[in-house]
Amino acid sequence: MEAAVDAFYRKVLSDDTVAHFFDDVDMDRQRAKQKAFLTMAFGGPHNYSGKDMRTAHARLVVNGLNDAHFDAIVGHLGATLAELGVAPDLIQQVAAIAESTRADVLGR
Amino acid sequence: MPTVTFGNRSCELAQGETVLDGLLRHDIPAVHACKTGSCGSCMLRAVSGQVPEVSQIGLKDAWRARGYFLPCVCRPTEDIEIGETAGDIRVAARIASLVPLSGNVLQVRLVLDGPFEFRAGQYLTLIAGDTLARSYSIASIPSDGPLELHVRRMPNGQMSTWLFDDAHEGDAVRIQGPSGECFYVPGRPDQPLLLVGTGTGLAPLYGIVRDALACGHRGPIHLFHGALRPEGLYLVDELNALAAAHSNFTYTPTTDPIERAVAGSIPKLDGYRAFVCGDPAVVQLLKRKIFLAGAAMREIHADAFLPSAA
Ligand SMILES: Cc1cc2nc3c(=O)[nH]c(=O)nc-3n(C[C@H](O)[C@H](O)[C@H](O)COP(=O)(O)OP(=O)(O)OC[C@H]3O[C@@H](n4cnc5c(N)ncnc54)[C@H](O)[C@@H]3O)c2cc1C
Ligand code: HEM
Repeated sequence: MEAAVDAFYRKVLSDDTVAHFFDDVDMDRQRAKQKAFLTMAFGGPHNYSGKDMRTAHARLVVNGLNDAHFDAIVGHLGATLAELGVAPDLIQQVAAIAESTRADVLGR
Repeated sequence: MPTVTFGNRSCELAQGETVLDGLLRHDIPAVHACKTGSCGSCMLRAVSGQVPEVSQIGLKDAWRARGYFLPCVCRPTEDIEIGETAGDIRVAARIASLVPLSGNVLQVRLVLDGPFEFRAGQYLTLIAGDTLARSYSIASIPSDGPLELHVRRMPNGQMSTWLFDDAHEGDAVRIQGPSGECFYVPGRPDQPLLLVGTGTGLAPLYGIVRDALACGHRGPIHLFHGALRPEGLYLVDELNALAAAHSNFTYTPTTDPIERAVAGSIPKLDGYRAFVCGDPAVVQLLKRKIFLAGAAMREIHADAFLPSAA
């Protein structure tokens, strides 16, 4: 899990199309967030409701968060899991769970 | 609204108000510094009433069990009575020496009247007078004897102005702590270490380097110290001497942007353990750069020297 969090976050921060959303977020807080993100994406127990997801990303939506950014993040997630040797059908499941949050994350 | 009783005074808290703000609003003197629950300066003990769990996060179990809590993040739901604290959490100390290390950095040495256990690199709260408290990193290692701090002069800064202009050898102060997770842990003696700091961010790193060497660390140890101007670089002779005496230790003082100096000499940081201290904005930037250069997040230890709240 720890390796996955680091690898995923490194991809996100290295991608100039989305990295600026994370500029003023403290790394340690962000890391806890990435962990929550992955736990959630794997369908594990988490404490976030759709409303929480809306609130967490509302500030980003104001700053222009859109479908392309969302796709990029889901893409990095899939690529990270593939690198770690996760089976393709499980990756697809994870992507579907992430997809189910799209409307909330993008505030629609 | 809950009432807080402190000695023979009591105050009713306003909606959402913290215990610390309530005390200060009633002119009840209370030591404090960061006001965010991290420095620990304001710790008090509740002798009756239940304090919320969040106000005890980060405190030692033994303190928690005795009712200690951080009033700056405590919004109680019931009445609280605060009892005597000082004796068991604060250690009386005297200023042993005040020596300029550069134009704007002062070395403050303290001798203590009681025991104080710490790891090199941790920080403490220095308390002068009744309520003035600030966090300072410890630059010495336990075997040195006196505790050593490096204090930068802040224009109009309360604590730094007192130390630079008015304090004398022999003056009484108190210390509390230590806190912080930025220290060397023995066990992987061949791992490469990276230490990066700006300004008085050198203080904890100076302790950590000497601690790692004293623990017999064999892997490479790289220390980068950044300052805006050459006068801001201090302990240069001491660190050059340390580098001459230990072939695995390299010291790079620089007035270039520090993240560039690091990336220029060590582009890949896979497998490194890193320690980063000093100005908060620089610390945040460095943590990110070090992570992107390959270090694992849990291997990056950092202390940001946040200014204290008013
Ligand atoms: C964990 C930790 C470790 C620390 N270690 C050290 C250390 O080893 N050496 C050291 O010198 N300091 C260190 N500090 C900072 C120290 O605690 C004080 O904040 C600092 O010495 C200024 O205190 P002062 O009373 O002189 O100034 P204050 O009276 O607190 O401040 C005077 C004025 O300067 C402003 N100000 C204060 N700090 C800054 C800043 N960094 N940037 C911009 N404006 C500022 C204030 O807002 C205020 O207006 C550390 C802080 C933390 C949280
Ligand atoms: C793919 C679906 C996504 C999920 C499941 C998800 C999940 C989360 C979760 C659980 C939090 C934590 C909230 C908290 O604890 O405070 C969060 C915060 C955050 N998310 Fe996402 N997220 C998603 C998409 C995105 C995208 C596309 C971006 C930007 C490109 C993004 C950027 C952020 C940022 C910057 C924060 C921190 C906000 C702050 O602390 O101010 N997220 N996200």
